[in-house]
Amino acid sequence: MQLAMTEKGDIVIISVEEERMDAHNSGDLKEQMLQLFDEGKCSLVIDLSTVRFIDSSGLGALVSGFKNASAREGSLKLCCLQPQVRSMFELTRLHRVFEIFTTQDEALASF
Amino acid sequence: MSKQVKVDITVPNQTKYLGMIGRIGESMAYSLKNYQGNRRELAYHLNLVLTEALANVICHANDFDPDKDVRVTISASDQDITIKVFDQGQGFDLETLAKLKARGSDEGGRGIQIIFKLMDQVRYIQEGGNNVLEMTKHLH
Repeated sequence: MQLAMTEKGDIVIISVEEERMDAHNSGDLKEQMLQLFDEGKCSLVIDLSTVRFIDSSGLGALVSGFKNASAREGSLKLCCLQPQVRSMFELTRLHRVFEIFTTQDEALASF
Repeated sequence: MSKQVKVDITVPNQTKYLGMIGRIGESMAYSLKNYQGNRRELAYHLNLVLTEALANVICHANDFDPDKDVRVTISASDQDITIKVFDQGQGFDLETLAKLKARGSDEGGRGIQIIFKLMDQVRYIQEGGNNVLEMTKHLH
């Protein structure tokens, strides 16, 4: 999975540069987030602007990151969801779990 | 599309084929001549259902065994679309899985739930010595 990382102070923005997040590649994001947590970086923004398709494995990877960040007194927030990706969060009611923002700036300002 | 169109494809038991099979489902949605609903949404849903069902077989029923194959058929008519995903694994109890509800903090368990939400009929049956997850979506 192609991931681009940018640090803004204590916050790490992970941009998922893939059209699909599914059982084939979601484990890579999960591992990357665990590595960041090990480095003490527990405030994450996941930018999904490139992602057109997400399945239950992709959602599961994000839930894993959310739980691990919260357990370390950090947080994981999402931004820039395409409409069909957003609809998946609503279908699974995960929009009630995650903080979801329209832009990166809005997500960063929420910390 | 007045006559039935059927796609029958077999791929190695590897997750890298999820995208390819999902896109075939999307193409089927866009090829339906008389469908009056939201075609983009249907295409996404077929992609999703195929991805979930196939991943379930590759990762669980076939236990990532690279020597196994996965067969998928997609049949479309004016009335409905039926997807069948075949496996040679131990099988599972669909009724039990259907009753499980993934909570917000659960990482897994949403795949079958998504299939049930998006398809009108879901059955797990035996066919020709294989287990078959059969999922039907009515188009009217």
